[in-house]
Amino acid sequence: MKYIDEFQDPELARRLLDDIHATVTRPWALMEVCGGQTHSIIRHGIDQLLPPEVELIHGPGCPVCVTPLEVIDKALEIASRPGVIFCSFGDMLRVPGTGRDLFQVRGEGGDVRVVYSPLDALRIARQNPDREVVFFGIGFETTAPPNAMTVHQARKLGIQNFSMLVSHVRVPPAIEAIMSSPSCRVQGFLAAGHVCSVMGVEEYPELAERFRVPIVVTGFEPLDILEGVRRAVRQLERGEHTVDNAYARAVRPEGNPAARAMLEDVFEVTDRPWRGIGVIPDSGWRLSPKYRDHDAEHRFSVGGIRTEEPAECRSGEVLQGLLKPHECEAFGTLCTPRTPLGATMVSSEGACAAYYLYRRLDVPAAAAREASPVV
Amino acid sequence: MCLAVPGRVLDIEDRDGTRMATVDFGGVVKEVCLEYLPDLRVGEYAIVHVGFALQRLDEESARQTLELFAELGLLQEEFGDPWETAASAAGADPAEEVHNR
Ligand code: SF4
Repeated sequence: MKYIDEFQDPELARRLLDDIHATVTRPWALMEVCGGQTHSIIRHGIDQLLPPEVELIHGPGCPVCVTPLEVIDKALEIASRPGVIFCSFGDMLRVPGTGRDLFQVRGEGGDVRVVYSPLDALRIARQNPDREVVFFGIGFETTAPPNAMTVHQARKLGIQNFSMLVSHVRVPPAIEAIMSSPSCRVQGFLAAGHVCSVMGVEEYPELAERFRVPIVVTGFEPLDILEGVRRAVRQLERGEHTVDNAYARAVRPEGNPAARAMLEDVFEVTDRPWRGIGVIPDSGWRLSPKYRDHDAEHRFSVGGIRTEEPAECRSGEVLQGLLKPHECEAFGTLCTPRTPLGATMVSSEGACAAYYLYRRLDVPAAAAREASPVV
Repeated sequence: MCLAVPGRVLDIEDRDGTRMATVDFGGVVKEVCLEYLPDLRVGEYAIVHVGFALQRLDEESARQTLELFAELGLLQEEFGDPWETAASAAGADPAEEVHNR
């Protein structure tokens, strides 16, 4: 067990692992939903410390990775327009759209700015009243409340030159879609801790019951993940399927009621395509009619842009846990973090990039020689 | 980008009718909106995501998480210069990038 000394509390890590090893009697497949968890699992080699019976399937929980190509193309179109200041989180800069990315748009003279918070974009709008300021509002339920509050403020303060390109996604409909797929192998879920910090756990009992899967709310640190796995495996071995909270220090059952109320006000539920997966019913949020004045899709009339995804990228299968990244033909050869074909290779939370960065031994030898060192 | 980092509230003020705080993340100080945790007080810890406090955290677990994040370089990833990160990932020379700005 080569990595265990690096854990913050190796003694506790050892105890959790011993318990998992002692409990498991047959193969189980668990899916971690969140990309932050995927990153942590690969970085710390957690999947290699677990008994061989316990397989971790890396779910579609990286918002950068699942943002549809179509939305990226809309962002690129808006960002290229004269007079626009396009603000985004840094992770979106290198996500490939059709033929280029935001980084290149900036090189071609587009005013693309990286912000830490959506409120920074609102401040830029106030400082530049003669420019159109657009914020790229993506993310799961964790990022949605900050973006919702920002649009709410823009409306309250009457900041007319601020709008948002919204492509938010919700976790529970994705779990439902994964479980409903005929090729589904998932038997239990580690639910994303910070999503539940906002939303609470009320959406999950129905799913756990209907699909007879344990759903364990889990944090992101290595010890949190071991504890999540331990609780899920224990339920599976006992034939149970309940919702359990292994991240109680940051998750209350009701979540954050003020944030949930704001989400209700600013957004409405909509069908949303997920990159590589396709449309999942009710899986997204868009601005509600009350806030349509601040909807960049309307303001810049880019609603009509439709795009096909490149065929050689198999990120859809990776995101559904049907394929491990290194099993993709392009992995480490055509597709590297410097030349990403799919979004799962761009974000450090994407499964392909995590495998590339921390599992270099899995890269075919020829590819490893060709690919220049990254990090 | 889903990373949420624990931070300690240094002070609180009202700005344009919005409750804002200065928050310390293990040495990096940022402006944070408290509208979703309006009763958070100076000295307390919260989980912060993209400039918004989302949930209270006890001091002990906040400290442990911050230590771990600092060790793993995650604080740099979250608060460092994103253009540099993107440029180096793209294979461009960050120095040149700055020069062209
Ligand atoms: S390795 Fe690249 S091409 Fe293959 S699935 Fe991952 S992102 Fe797509």
